[in-house]
Amino acid sequence: MEARRQELLNQGYEEVYTRTKVLTDAVMHYCPGCGHGTTHRLIAEVIDEMGIQDNVVGVSPVGCSVLAYNYFDVDFQEAAHGRAPAVATAIKRLNPDTYVFTYQGDGDLAAIGTAETIHAANRGENMTMIFVNNGIYGMTGGQMAPTTLVGMKSATTPYGRRVELNGYPLRMTELLSTLPGTYYVTRQSVQNPAAVRKAKAAIRKAFENQKLKKGLSFVEILSNCNSGWKMTPVAANKWMEDNMMPNYPIGDIKVDGKIVDGIDANRLVLDHALTVMQ
Amino acid sequence: MARELQLMKGNEAIARAMIASGCDGYFGYPITPQSEVMETLMTEKPWETTGMTVLQAESEVASINMVYGGAATGKKVATSSSSPGISLMQEGLTYLAGAEIPCLVVNVMRGGPGLGTIQPSQSDYFQSTKGGGHGDYQLYTLAPASVQEMYDFVFDAWDIAFKYRNPVLILSDGAIGQCMEKLYTRDYVPRWTEEERRANAPWGTWGKPATRPHNIITSLELDSARQEVFNLKLQKKYAEMKEKEVRFEALNCDDAEYIIVAYGSSSRIAMKAMQMAREKGIKVGLFRLITLFPFPTKQLAEVAKRVKGILCVEMSAGQMIEDVRLATECGVKTEHFGRFGGIIPTPGEVLEALENKIIK
Ligand SMILES: Cc1ncc(C[n+]2csc(CCOP(=O)(O)OP(=O)(O)O)c2C)c(N)n1
Ligand code: SF4
Ligand SMILES: [Mg+2]
Repeated sequence: MEARRQELLNQGYEEVYTRTKVLTDAVMHYCPGCGHGTTHRLIAEVIDEMGIQDNVVGVSPVGCSVLAYNYFDVDFQEAAHGRAPAVATAIKRLNPDTYVFTYQGDGDLAAIGTAETIHAANRGENMTMIFVNNGIYGMTGGQMAPTTLVGMKSATTPYGRRVELNGYPLRMTELLSTLPGTYYVTRQSVQNPAAVRKAKAAIRKAFENQKLKKGLSFVEILSNCNSGWKMTPVAANKWMEDNMMPNYPIGDIKVDGKIVDGIDANRLVLDHALTVMQ
Repeated sequence: MARELQLMKGNEAIARAMIASGCDGYFGYPITPQSEVMETLMTEKPWETTGMTVLQAESEVASINMVYGGAATGKKVATSSSSPGISLMQEGLTYLAGAEIPCLVVNVMRGGPGLGTIQPSQSDYFQSTKGGGHGDYQLYTLAPASVQEMYDFVFDAWDIAFKYRNPVLILSDGAIGQCMEKLYTRDYVPRWTEEERRANAPWGTWGKPATRPHNIITSLELDSARQEVFNLKLQKKYAEMKEKEVRFEALNCDDAEYIIVAYGSSSRIAMKAMQMAREKGIKVGLFRLITLFPFPTKQLAEVAKRVKGILCVEMSAGQMIEDVRLATECGVKTEHFGRFGGIIPTPGEVLEALENKIIK
């Protein structure tokens, strides 16, 4: 990789964009256009820019990002399905000066790992949690997730999610923001350059916060699952903006331990006047 | 704390041994009959003395996964629970075994199935030695028979765990957890320094320096050929444990016509039954298992060649007896005696069972 780069530079090519050094040379297995790859890159850039590559431990989930440990050139542990917050809790407690982050999907974090997530947040664990919400179980072939929208089709809701049968989409991020143990809670997305820039700033803040030792920093990233949604990446991003974003509004919810001005209290008590998607 | 004679409960001994043996972290969830482990730790506040971390988790699922995370950083990390909690930990245990993470887990057994009883039992032998969780793996399993052994085995556990990169299980029961006995404490072993941690756990997730590739702790291998190679490696490790790390105690087995095989609380009762038999002129020996995995197969087979019958005593429906029969290849009459539901058999009952089931 490096040799080829040098070769091209010697031939007079100009380097305008390159892989961050915190990402390994391993070829990512994600579907083209999937938000996981973009989100990985942003985390790697933040680790690089903060100069903490030698002092960070990541925890990967069970889900499409199970192999995240192959892509980040930092020490990494792969947790059982949903248990990343418990795994990371102990890493941080025993190594309080190490930067610790979890990386989880919506099935992992908001279904099977709900207890671990809520209690890590409630204990105010001084770490960063990255939550990639694509409204579906990508890895296992597109089944319903707790975040699947009402009316949304999936492998296990072939006629669309019905509230009577499946209950309501779970807004974990709003829920966590009500806990005193969370210090920073935000929802971002990565479907276009503007969104990517904001998401990166949020991830940076969530890592920087670990220096303050004031509690959990939680970043939800809305992402498409173009394969699971059975759309092209471009159509999937459009669909996400039209359908996911009204239900999962983008922006900071809690900053420096305080709910952001203008956040509708109803949203935090989980008012479920959800937009039913078409 | 130097070597000192003290009176304490088995559960307290576990907690004090953790502190004294340089344990870095304990994560647990209350359950009878072992809650004194965490209660003692919280009262002792080792974070103010040795720097050990103690945290009450939200469940046993969380505590075992905290052990997985903490221990993966190359530190000495422990948890304890009792049967229903240990059932919840099986997922974590198979991950720990699959990722080859050294750690200590203590099970102070109570009766089952289900919520069962809070009284002592030994009905988790299968769960402890035959897998428990999914996949081909083994826990190095120690069965203490006294408060002293509860204490000592914690020290021994770290050596085995780190030597083999494998979880160690101390399989005790409510009787030993709850009873008070005298015990000699040991000198404190200081917690590892940063340099020692890195030297003892070069594989750990302690932050990647520029000088080595990133360390990955995982039990996932998508390539079947590589997974098989890994499984074979695990099997080699277990075979080495069988070769080198078997522990047992043979009492009066040299001239014995009959032997009792037992571990933990049952072995204490069996010892008394053996004395009563000897007073009656019956030559009985006691073969006490200290490691349940690795099972002292060869050693037991050797003793069994010389005897007319074996009584297995276990507070269960008869789990250990399967390994005894395998060891002796059913070459000698072997029967089980046990009580359930938290009922502890008396030495008289054991002797009676020996006379009725084996000698008669
Ligand atoms: C205990 C257990 N149950 C179920 C599974 C199967 N499984 C693997 S990934 C997954 C869902 C992952 O979905 P999500 O967390 O949303 O991640 P995504 O793939 O969408 O990024 C499930 C159910 C498993 N590996 N372990
Ligand atoms: S299945 Fe979905 S979540 Fe998984 S890599 Fe493909 S697009 Fe991404
Ligand atoms: Mg998902």
